[in-house]
Amino acid sequence: MSFEVAVERRLGDTVVACAFHIGGGLTALFGPSGAGKTSVLNMVAGLLRPDAGRVVVGGEVLFDSAGGVDVPVQARRAGYVFQDARLFPHLRVRENLAYGMKPEGLMTLEEAAEFLGIAHLLNRWPRSLSGGEAHRVSIGRALLSNPRFLLMDEPLTGLDRARREDVLRVIERLRDEVGLPILYVSHDRAEVERLAGTIIEM
Amino acid sequence: MIEPDVWGIVWLSLKVSAVAVGVCLPLAFALAWALARGRFAGKVLLDAVVHLPLVLPPVVTGWLLLLAFGPQGPAGRWLEATLGVTFMFRWTGAALAAAVMALPLMVRAMRLSIEAVDLRLEAAAMTLGASRWRVFRTITLPLALPGVVAGAVLGFARSLGEFGATITFVSNIPGETQTLPLAIYSALQVPGGEAVVTRLAVISVLLSLAALVVSEVMARRMGRGSHVL
Repeated sequence: MSFEVAVERRLGDTVVACAFHIGGGLTALFGPSGAGKTSVLNMVAGLLRPDAGRVVVGGEVLFDSAGGVDVPVQARRAGYVFQDARLFPHLRVRENLAYGMKPEGLMTLEEAAEFLGIAHLLNRWPRSLSGGEAHRVSIGRALLSNPRFLLMDEPLTGLDRARREDVLRVIERLRDEVGLPILYVSHDRAEVERLAGTIIEM
Repeated sequence: MIEPDVWGIVWLSLKVSAVAVGVCLPLAFALAWALARGRFAGKVLLDAVVHLPLVLPPVVTGWLLLLAFGPQGPAGRWLEATLGVTFMFRWTGAALAAAVMALPLMVRAMRLSIEAVDLRLEAAAMTLGASRWRVFRTITLPLALPGVVAGAVLGFARSLGEFGATITFVSNIPGETQTLPLAIYSALQVPGGEAVVTRLAVISVLLSLAALVVSEVMARRMGRGSHVL
């Protein structure tokens, strides 16, 4: 499983450009705020259309401006964990987890809830969750959608030290036990050095 | 004076308003969607046309309806020929007038609620594999629903009170087009009609108040649901 990304996109006055070719494991996109890290994730996920470039994941071409390929978001099977969790406010935790669930997935809802330590939250509403809990539910929701790869955008933002540690352990277990390739965005060097096998500076 | 059939008048008013809102609802939602999400030439003009009945003298709206949907009007002739629907001096005409007058209020409420739906949640649903239709059904519509209901209730209340366009378009015929406001107007013309006026007016106030309370409760619920954390 590999990522082959070379994308370019003008956003206002700046141009976000990024190119890398990496294998599996956890790869960090590292750089200061405003460097366009999130935009790169959005382009890999299909939420933002590059002006030019190519996105190939695991040998499958998801976007190629020269070849006219643009696989729609729904078909890319990106497990995207957003910085702001983005849980659906009108659905309970269980329904959020089940939203994109596929029968042939990596794990069942109960297994995912156990793995992430959120089994006791299944009947709660998203607005009643703490930041760390919401992030873990968000990770679970992405995992259950049977993704081919994970995109994580600063999943530790807004968490206190103890909660950060909880989520960091979950991410390490994901990296080591589940084996999905992860593209991980952060501006925190210590975090990136602890988690990432490859670091791409932006 | 002859005692009018108060409950008949109330029933007719409710029927006219319910049909007006029911027919208007899909159109109002489609317009609200286009105005909230669409990017097309003439959007400002469409917005203005939808809101026109709100600022036009209702008599003018009624007269325009007469021109369009009367027996000689192009829309009236076409509807009579294809669907066999006539509006002149019928309760259906009263419903049409009420619908046109309620449309701007309904579109406004629905548009605001559609605009309040967080596009980032829709993007999240798409990354989870949901088609555009599923995103609409399971995310956008449920989150906008309180506003849609509030719009429908407001439209219903506005329809109950419709007077000017109705009396101009379909006249004031007891049992057919004489809704609550028109009955109150008629009773005021008759010596000794004050008792009837009072009864009809009290009913009007209670119905309108109930509609506004329901609408307000819906609007509050909408405010609460749209935050994630």
